[in-house]
Amino acid sequence: MKSKDLSALLDEPACAHNTKSKSGCAKPKPGATAGGCAFDGAQIAMLPIGDVAHIVHGSIACAGNSWDNRGTRSSGPKLFKIGMTTDLTEQDIIMGRGEKRLFHSIKQAIDGYQPAAVFVYNTCVPALTGDDVEAVCQAAEQRWGTPVISIDAAGFYGAKNLGSRISGETMVKRVCGGREPDPIPEGIERPDFKIHDICLIGEYNIAGELWHILPLFDELGLRVLCTLSGDARFREVQTMHRSEVNMMVCSRALVNVARRLQETYGTPWFEGSFYGVRDVSQALRDFARIIDDPDLTARTEAVIAREEARAEAALAPWRERLQGRKVLLYTGGVKSWSVISALQDLGMTVVASGTRKSTEEDKARIRELMGEDAVMIEEGNPRTLIDMVHDQGVDILIAGGRNLYTALKARLPFLDINQEREFGYAGYTGMEELARQLCLTIESPIWEVVRRPPPWARSAATTQSSSAQPPAVATSIDSESATLEVRHA
Amino acid sequence: MPEIIKRSKALCVSPLKASSTVGAALAFLGFNRAIPMMHGSQGCTAFGKIFFVRHFREPIPLQTTAIDHVSAVMGSQELVVEGLRTLCEKHRPDLIGLPTTGLVETQGADIRQAVRAFREAHPEFAAIPVVPVSTPDFSGAMESGYAATVKAIIEELVPSADEAGTQPGRRRRQINVLAGSHLTPGDLEHLKELIEGFGLRPLVLPDLSDSLDGHLPEADYSPLTIGGTLVDELNTLGDALATLVIGDSMHGPADVLKAKTAVPDHRFTHLMGIEAVDRLILTLSELAAAPVPPRIERQRQQLQDAMLDCHFMLGMSRLAIAAEPDLLVGLTEMLAGFGAETVAAVSPSNAPVLQHAQCEQVKIGDLEDLELAVRANRAELIITNSHGVHTAERLGLPLLRAGFPQYDRVGGYTRTWIGYSGTRATLFDLANLILSLEKGEIHPYRSTLKQWPTEDTQASVKHAA
Repeated sequence: MKSKDLSALLDEPACAHNTKSKSGCAKPKPGATAGGCAFDGAQIAMLPIGDVAHIVHGSIACAGNSWDNRGTRSSGPKLFKIGMTTDLTEQDIIMGRGEKRLFHSIKQAIDGYQPAAVFVYNTCVPALTGDDVEAVCQAAEQRWGTPVISIDAAGFYGAKNLGSRISGETMVKRVCGGREPDPIPEGIERPDFKIHDICLIGEYNIAGELWHILPLFDELGLRVLCTLSGDARFREVQTMHRSEVNMMVCSRALVNVARRLQETYGTPWFEGSFYGVRDVSQALRDFARIIDDPDLTARTEAVIAREEARAEAALAPWRERLQGRKVLLYTGGVKSWSVISALQDLGMTVVASGTRKSTEEDKARIRELMGEDAVMIEEGNPRTLIDMVHDQGVDILIAGGRNLYTALKARLPFLDINQEREFGYAGYTGMEELARQLCLTIESPIWEVVRRPPPWARSAATTQSSSAQPPAVATSIDSESATLEVRHA
Repeated sequence: MPEIIKRSKALCVSPLKASSTVGAALAFLGFNRAIPMMHGSQGCTAFGKIFFVRHFREPIPLQTTAIDHVSAVMGSQELVVEGLRTLCEKHRPDLIGLPTTGLVETQGADIRQAVRAFREAHPEFAAIPVVPVSTPDFSGAMESGYAATVKAIIEELVPSADEAGTQPGRRRRQINVLAGSHLTPGDLEHLKELIEGFGLRPLVLPDLSDSLDGHLPEADYSPLTIGGTLVDELNTLGDALATLVIGDSMHGPADVLKAKTAVPDHRFTHLMGIEAVDRLILTLSELAAAPVPPRIERQRQQLQDAMLDCHFMLGMSRLAIAAEPDLLVGLTEMLAGFGAETVAAVSPSNAPVLQHAQCEQVKIGDLEDLELAVRANRAELIITNSHGVHTAERLGLPLLRAGFPQYDRVGGYTRTWIGYSGTRATLFDLANLILSLEKGEIHPYRSTLKQWPTEDTQASVKHAA
């Protein structure tokens, strides 16, 4: 990719990180960096498109170490689950055979798996040797008649967000507008029930949570032309240009898609979340507001009233158990606020929220939800997070899977909120699962046991300190001093 | 000797191979207070980290030099220096591993020169060992990257007998173990017990059974490994009585160690199946000049008994295996010893040891190749990593998980495959999976001449009951 195009993508007008003096995405620091590369971001954003053959053009690390590790679900095709790579060898690189191997690979994928389209993800090594991936893809498409889309987001171009943006840009340029939507099936539309077409951008159907939401859209007569990209098909992405309104769900990584679709096709968009009762209702209202069909608005309000009442009843017993529990939320971007409202809906107190990838706008929303003196964690290394949990008497840490085992080693209850999780929390019904998972870890009997030193260490400490301490607090201090002693030993 | 069939197709489908860079990282993770820093873009590390986190269900210390689009073109030495400085300042590790990736090798980065530049710029960190190793992911695979790293560690950090005045056998009870990447933490634990059973003291390197065995340490957080071979102990390798080398992939490191220290070594491809374990036990008995402990003899008798019980199920059974070379050869030899046949074998990379695989062909390839071979050769059971779940589902066959990565079940890394007891456990598992196939089940034949009961007679039978 040309550096001109790269800087154009970095300069995303809809991204609030861009308003300050520093450029959109900060430079990573060697020896102290976490998180994926541009290729990672490009691939996770588009991999859920189920009927596409996703070919990783590069040496083995990019696909071999990472394929089949996402929690996204498909209601039909499983092709996206099959890892494909050109697995470039030293010979390929020295002899300059990468392009040839890619060309034959595309044919092999088409012959062997009859994909709706082929996506080719460029990676560091061929980007450096200068393989003309775009040209190979075009030649392959002409030769075999299957769409072959080149996604040029090699790892070293930048961070994960940039890669997502590149792949989104590619979809808008190359795929959207490729086909008109299917006609609406007979007998569904009536004079008082008009179908409106919408799209969801940045919803990945993690653990199948999109399926908590879709029945509501069906009921309201909102046809989801395409979800980019949870449980999507290639032919759906082609029709995104006909959407009446787009919702940017829970991730700013694809914000450029919403903006570009607005520029090109005039489609309005709004930002929302499906986590938490209030947010789901808000999202439904936003659709109705922008579509501006009085009948839809009335039906939307009826659905919201019914669903909120139902959710209220279902959540009441959970709320009793979770009431007043303290949460430390450490997750980037939009999730930093969207999850807060879900947790507050459950009666929990969010004591601090991570804002590593959040925009100024996100932070404003956090303040709105948590009050003016909300604690925001800009850069949370594991040490500070753990200390904060102890200092603030936090009951549970909610973060991405990367921090899961770090939290467990610190003997802290934990909930995974990111990509790899196995449970869906979206929608009114997802809230119950969220509550269940929270209780399951917070109320587990294991915590007391895993924090307790072995009985022989404890008895030694008790005999030493019990005489000096009043009996009421003796137990907690005992176990602490015992832990200290063992550490000193 | 099997026929080795090399890759002939362009596209790799359902990869079996993990990169040599993650193999390098794994070797470094077997040392105490260590951290590997991959020299590449940040994704190389992020993917490697997830790979291990999902397998071990542990926090994994792993850093990156974070190559960006400028340094990819203009050179990346400064990033190495900065990354090393950051790690030294923040964590004071006992060992920093510096494996390269395909990106920087294509770029032509000189990793040794970069380390020299770091040494010159930061003499204050001279005491912290840094081991660079060239492990581009376009060459070799996990097993070879791991072995290359152990070799590099020995070259850099084990003093030669001349320099240090070490003398083989001065530590009369010390046995060095060069542990190949096919050994799990569970395997290493058992191996240490076997060696200790003879009154000997094992020094395993790298010792994943001490760092990634999944234990809850006292300290609530560590940015470095929480166990493993002590780096200081590398100075004592030259004083050991002998070295056990497990895995043909470890011949490279073993040759260097022997040349540096003159400690005699004993080499084993694997420790599965009664013959291989017999050789180990005999060697240990001779080294210790002690009889075999009764407990180990009992384990051998237990394995013999299990072989008797299970040969009905395993005899002539048809297995398919996809694994890295040392593990693949070990499994085929063990299975052959039970009378089972390996009818499909796939390895992600070629290695001389594959000549010893007990099967007709070994395909260098991926899980798609395995799937095709299973169909062609009518295999009944699959042994491979967790990626094989989808393959096994499509084929409708049972799966025994082995190798890296195992992410869809808990505890795969603790499984003990080696020794008499480990072999017995595998034998039982395989026999049970084969029993689940209900082989030999004859479908009922409904004779037209049989005296089938009418509805009336059925009713009377019910009344009788």
